[in-house]
Amino acid sequence: MENLENFRKETRAWLEANCPPEMRRSSQSEDDTCWGGRHWKFQSDAQRQWLERMAAKGWTVPEWPREYGGGGLSREEAKILRQTMRELNCRSPLDSFGIWMLGPALLKYGNEEQKREHLPKIARGEIRWCQGYSEPGSGSDLASLQTRAEDKGDQFLVNGSKIWTSYADKADWIFCLVRTDPNAPKHEGISFLLFDMESAGVSTKPIILISGSSPFCQTFFDDVLVPKANLVGKLNKGWDIAKYLLTHERDMIGGMGTTSENRSLGQIAADTVGSHNGMLADTALRSQIAAFEIDALAFRLTMDRAGDMAKVGHAHPAVSSLLKYYGTELNKRRMELVMSAGGTDALEWEGERSREGRSARAWLRSKANSIEGGTSEVQLNIIAKRILGLPGA
Amino acid sequence: MALVLNDEQTMLRDNARGFLAKNAPIAHLRALRDNRDADGFSRALWKNFVQMGWAGILVPQDYGGLGLGHVEAGVVMEELGRTLTPSPFLSTAVLAASAIARAGTDQQKENYLPKIVAGELIATLAVDETAKHHPEKIAMTATRAGNGFKLSGAKTFVIDGHVAKLLIVVARTSGKAGDTAGLTLFLVDASAPGVRSERTSTVDTHNAARITFDDVNASADSVLGKIDAGWDVLEGVLNVGRAAVAAEMVGASEEAFSRTVAYLKERKQFGKAIGEFQALQHRAAHLYCELEVTRAAVLKALQTLDDSYDRAGAIVSVAKARAGLSATLAVNEAVQMHGGIGMTDEFDIGLFMKRVRVCQELFGDSNFHADRLARLNRY
Ligand SMILES: Cc1cc2nc3c(=O)[nH]c(=O)nc-3n(C[C@H](O)[C@H](O)[C@H](O)COP(=O)(O)OP(=O)(O)OC[C@H]3O[C@@H](n4cnc5c(N)ncnc54)[C@H](O)[C@@H]3O)c2cc1C
Ligand SMILES: Cc1cc2nc3c(=O)[nH]c(=O)nc-3n(C[C@H](O)[C@H](O)[C@H](O)COP(=O)(O)OP(=O)(O)OC[C@H]3O[C@@H](n4cnc5c(N)ncnc54)[C@H](O)[C@@H]3O)c2cc1C
Repeated sequence: MENLENFRKETRAWLEANCPPEMRRSSQSEDDTCWGGRHWKFQSDAQRQWLERMAAKGWTVPEWPREYGGGGLSREEAKILRQTMRELNCRSPLDSFGIWMLGPALLKYGNEEQKREHLPKIARGEIRWCQGYSEPGSGSDLASLQTRAEDKGDQFLVNGSKIWTSYADKADWIFCLVRTDPNAPKHEGISFLLFDMESAGVSTKPIILISGSSPFCQTFFDDVLVPKANLVGKLNKGWDIAKYLLTHERDMIGGMGTTSENRSLGQIAADTVGSHNGMLADTALRSQIAAFEIDALAFRLTMDRAGDMAKVGHAHPAVSSLLKYYGTELNKRRMELVMSAGGTDALEWEGERSREGRSARAWLRSKANSIEGGTSEVQLNIIAKRILGLPGA
Repeated sequence: MALVLNDEQTMLRDNARGFLAKNAPIAHLRALRDNRDADGFSRALWKNFVQMGWAGILVPQDYGGLGLGHVEAGVVMEELGRTLTPSPFLSTAVLAASAIARAGTDQQKENYLPKIVAGELIATLAVDETAKHHPEKIAMTATRAGNGFKLSGAKTFVIDGHVAKLLIVVARTSGKAGDTAGLTLFLVDASAPGVRSERTSTVDTHNAARITFDDVNASADSVLGKIDAGWDVLEGVLNVGRAAVAAEMVGASEEAFSRTVAYLKERKQFGKAIGEFQALQHRAAHLYCELEVTRAAVLKALQTLDDSYDRAGAIVSVAKARAGLSATLAVNEAVQMHGGIGMTDEFDIGLFMKRVRVCQELFGDSNFHADRLARLNRY
């Protein structure tokens, strides 16, 4: 306990000394997020400095082991670091699919060489990864995927296409599910491959979202050669890795709704509908906001509890489905309330005043939360089957 | 603090669950109802609770109690919720004991707490005066008379008010209905001249009373806490009651839910278990999530009462509001998914619905607590 208190003090002092003032302002748009990668253009010197300093301490991935570029922190220490960053309003130095998804999977399933090769580059923001799971014919039924990888001696020959690949046009490498045994039952012929997006035969075509931005692509593989050393885990055993990675993706997406905005919904609404005796003049909206805040606070506690249960070994492996389902539905509700509280102000799509339509675009983007990483219906199926044990689910 | 029960709390839960399943299953509630029991609860069972120390669960060890916290009291409430067991645990061991232990003088604690621990005194809190919970609207008056006071007014839905010997009565010594200032708590003997009590038989076969006070004498020594400044004590005790009732709803709704899931696996229609129909699977899975989210909030509320009693208001409201809504959903889905048999008196599932409706009303329903949270957050 005393050690943790020291750690808290030291962490605070270090962050105050090392986090540039520009990085201690709430981010204004998705562009303020640092994703790293070969082609990353830092928005400012401050963004670069902040990443370099945090990476040098291993604090872009505080809980990873030090030998792979992590901070080697315990769960409690990492929690303190996150809390202190929140208190000081420090931005995240680096966000990436490598940190959220591939890293945890490599730590569990990768061989030593793969860990040494890929993890430090993720931690330092040098390589940006994308996720090649979904295909045009395989969404919720992911295991039906058709992208083929044929055995060609020391290499695989990859052919097929992925879709909804977020940031494929900006990513350096892809972690990709491929079919290596077309004759086996669908879950048993899948392998987990890593390859460079600059490999010959890889191409991407951007797709625009309803929010107007274009973060995802269709990705094509046309006779792409991939060294066999890039197979993670065993041949045809990729499904376990894929699922393990999905639990991390779901935890991450589920937690998104709990990052609090600068202004509470109550404050936003007070400006648009006015107040009467300290209460929002629109009493129906007031009730909806209160109901939302009750659920949001309880959900944050549910995430804490899931972590605490894991620590004492009582976590249910399917709990990430609960967090994903509940957290994303909650986030959609929050964005509906942001729109409702904002009224016509929230409808603006362009211009300074609305910060280029920030509310409207975020509202539209939130609709994807209950689709990406496995839809809400799929999470309910998983809960029904794995937690409730209902038949035929 | 980690949001999990520690080893001792887990042991308490397992013991309570085992004991109640054996000694007070739902058949126990039915027997009290069908025999129109005069007390509405079993004194023999209460004696067993006393022997296990439950009557003194919140009473400090100096007064012979177990000196445990709100989490432990919540653990017992949750188990009582699973078996729908009527008992003076909430009125006496939770509300009265915590009010006296928190606000009592040494003399008052000496007088009452050991008796509560020993099972010799059933005591309760008399607060509500209207059909909806509005503690600041208390209108019952306490006017000075000589060294003491005279109490006049009427209380409704006093839990266990038909058997309690000691009433903790909240009355107005100054101000007007709607003010939080001017309230005072009194320890009143239920057999004092001018006190009249009428048992209310409620939908859930638990017990409450309407109590009228007609110029009832209360001595200066009977004031619990400070004159005119009873609001903080009252809020504290109400928060304890709210969190405890939320825990009871967690127990009741989880039991109703697990019976329902079992039924989904067992009942066959259209040649298969009805649990194979996705229309039911998704509703069951959604309900499971709601119950888990509520459980986290309720545990946090109980822990907060233990760690920072005076700052528990917001989280207690979150817990009570959530518990009310998710338990209501749980019992409604339970009856619906049981089909016709769920509507029968013979089948237990409807009894959960009845108890949850009462718990939802106790110490403020979900709307009350949503409004309270909005006020606390200033909108
Ligand atoms: C913004 C965004 C980013 C994404 N990024 C990536 C990425 O980087 N990499 C990647 O691989 N994928 C990505 N995806 C794809 C995502 O994982 C899929 O969209 C998702 O798995 C659903 O697949 P689908 O779109 O084919 O929908 P479908 O599977 O066709 O589903 C259509 C509807 O049917 C429902 N449904 C399907 N099966 C069932 C069932 N058994 N029971 C009940 N209902 C069912 C679904 O819930 C949904 O409502 C992204 C998606 C979005 C929206
Ligand atoms: C007050 C009352 C009066 C009644 N009066 C009469 C009467 O006069 N005459 C008469 O003949 N009957 C009467 N009934 C019976 C009534 O019609 C049945 O209770 C009803 O049809 C449901 O059947 P069940 O009770 O067997 O439930 P089940 O069929 O066992 O259903 C249990 C649950 O499973 C669900 N379920 C079942 N199949 C599916 C499916 N394929 N997909 C999704 N969900 C499913 C149901 O919706 C329900 O929630 C009465 C019932 C009540 C409660």
